Amino acid sequence: MNGSKSTTMIVAAVTAAMILLPLLHSGGSVSAVVNFLAPFVTTVAVLAVIAIGLNVQWGYTGIFNFGVVAFFMVGAFVAAIVTKQPADSEFVQYVGGFGDRLAFLPVLDSQEWLPFVFGVLAAALAAALLALLLALAALRLREDYLAITTIGVAEVLRRVTIEEAWLVNGTRGLTGIPRPFAGWFDAGVYKFVFLLLALAVLAVVYLLVERGISSPWGRVLRALREDEDVVAASGKNVFAFKVEGFVLGAALMGVGGAFYAFQQGTVSPETFTHFFGTFIIWAMLVLGGSGNNAGAIVGTYVIWGFWSITLQLQGFDLPVFVVDRISFFRDFLIGALIVVVLLARPQGLVPERARVSRWLERRVRELQQQGAKREATPVESAPRTAE
Amino acid sequence: MSTGTVSSTVNVAPAGLRRLGDAAGSVALFVAIGAFVAWSALTHPSQLVVGLVVGSVLALGALGLTLIYGVLKFAHFAHGDAMMLAAYLAFFVLSGNLVGTRGTDVRLPWSFADLPGATTPIWRFSFGYGLVLAVLVAGAVAALLLLLVDRWVYRPLRQRRAGVAIFAIVSLGVAIAMRSLILMIWGPTPRFYVAGIRPTVQILGGPRVVTDQLFIIAMAVVLAAAVYVLLYRTTAGRAMRAMADNPDLARVSGINTEAVVRTTWIVSGGLIAVAGSLLALQSQLKPELGFLLLLPVFAAAILGGIGSPHGALLGGLVVGVVQEVAVSVGILSPGYKFAIAFVILILVILVRPRGLFGA
Repeated sequence: MNGSKSTTMIVAAVTAAMILLPLLHSGGSVSAVVNFLAPFVTTVAVLAVIAIGLNVQWGYTGIFNFGVVAFFMVGAFVAAIVTKQPADSEFVQYVGGFGDRLAFLPVLDSQEWLPFVFGVLAAALAAALLALLLALAALRLREDYLAITTIGVAEVLRRVTIEEAWLVNGTRGLTGIPRPFAGWFDAGVYKFVFLLLALAVLAVVYLLVERGISSPWGRVLRALREDEDVVAASGKNVFAFKVEGFVLGAALMGVGGAFYAFQQGTVSPETFTHFFGTFIIWAMLVLGGSGNNAGAIVGTYVIWGFWSITLQLQGFDLPVFVVDRISFFRDFLIGALIVVVLLARPQGLVPERARVSRWLERRVRELQQQGAKREATPVESAPRTAE
Repeated sequence: MSTGTVSSTVNVAPAGLRRLGDAAGSVALFVAIGAFVAWSALTHPSQLVVGLVVGSVLALGALGLTLIYGVLKFAHFAHGDAMMLAAYLAFFVLSGNLVGTRGTDVRLPWSFADLPGATTPIWRFSFGYGLVLAVLVAGAVAALLLLLVDRWVYRPLRQRRAGVAIFAIVSLGVAIAMRSLILMIWGPTPRFYVAGIRPTVQILGGPRVVTDQLFIIAMAVVLAAAVYVLLYRTTAGRAMRAMADNPDLARVSGINTEAVVRTTWIVSGGLIAVAGSLLALQSQLKPELGFLLLLPVFAAAILGGIGSPHGALLGGLVVGVVQEVAVSVGILSPGYKFAIAFVILILVILVRPRGLFGA
């Protein structure tokens, strides 16, 4: 089957299921479908930001991060403690809690948005700092050592959030995380506002990363992924570029984590398992096609769609035996999916386009046209793209 | 392997001096380990014993990991989950229990526990010969399972000459699939081979220990010896070492590399099953333990020098002892146990990436 055709079919099938299941479940109510789809698409947008972050690290720079959950979690917790009001009960303890104190602008209802700007920035910064520390210590390691190191960092940070109750309230986690612009809208309308906000963030992240990757800087990253020695031989500081790619990816994961915290309203160490925080994101990127931001988004959509479908199925009148196991079976399929995709279709649903630079392509076309004018015979097909 | 950097300075130290410095590093490392063990023996004897027990299990796990790494040249991220799956298989063969609906168990009409006298404790252990048989069966099934996974998953990647990273992601996928299988078949609640209080025994002039723990250490010693004999006294073992050394050279010398790969998976499968079952005997069966085991097992293998069998054994013991003793000193809460393995891992990777015995 043609690649793009099968991709379209898979996306269409997921979309159909996302519409039909709530429709059947509610007995044909359109509002039930909308109420189901809005948070679904919001989560896809948020997780896609994280998947793009991983794509910058793995897909473009070729850095092997098995500890995505560390940056995801740091982003979520930092955004939560920056935007929350100070702790007001003896049963809840956490550091930070700046809340309204950050809304120092007297105009434009700044408590509705200014703390969140700080929250997202702090989340990105914290994740980037963590990445910088890790990069300086471990980025020179060979791939498999780096992988186990990132798993270790993630596990240690998870332990810290569980054991140090003063930090982010231990296993009980943080609840009542405020949401941007929530005071301006009715609860019924707000979920669509947040959906638009999440989509806007995704769009900005997508465009920025696309811009960066097609720049000379991004070209070095992609060259690094293919062969570090060649890049080093052409006089680039390989380590500095790798650190930059790693830190940028981590910052995006932090941003994704921040919006995840805003969307959920609750974060606890139990949310950030290696499975949910790291493995699912890898599954999304691998399925969508690493080295391709559009692929990362498509992969996120399909995997999260699959995830939500199994959750929906639990609501139907199925045998208890099946309902008990459906989430484990889903995990099994996602694990198997990674294996099958990497064996049968390593390029993913949306393969990466081999492209050196747009400028070069344009230049080749111009030269071809000039040549055609001058000699009145078209030049034999010049290499339009190169590996 | 590329280092990825172009050094601007030329390394001017003469080779002899460098070798001397390296030897000094090895000596310092061994002395530090020896001193730590001696200190723990004096101040925390019972934690030292528990550490040696946990360390034996980690050593067997790391031994399997390091064999796979040596021969197949990839980091097997499904190792911990395979250990857990094998331990659950042993549980199943012994008890015949599967999870039914709503947390209740379904029991097969017959299992090893129904053999006459299979659950009567041997000597002062908590288990009978049924568990020993069950572990043997689990080892065979685990080896078969790993062979099938290799046949369908890793071999195509090998033939395609996929990168280290692809192998790692794929083995992580296999790990998740294995863990989900455990959850589907046996459910999320922890399980035990033998319920009730464990008998203990007094060591001469030492602390009181659980009798089963002596069995765990003894088994680890026996298995390590068996693997040693296999590697250094048999043709199959020589072929494995040759392939670990230089796969291309091994191939042109007429070694059937795919057969060596199969041997490696069978040996590792056995080690995985015994290590997993011993771990479950020491603590319990828990689906999520598998992934967490990756850290100490990798720490042990890397500390020993990845690819080195005796390094893996020593590394496992060191990681086990340091974990148990450090938690008991009281600065850290027990929740940080796996974090200690990680600290060891990081230190080794940063200071001495080739470990104790690495090439």
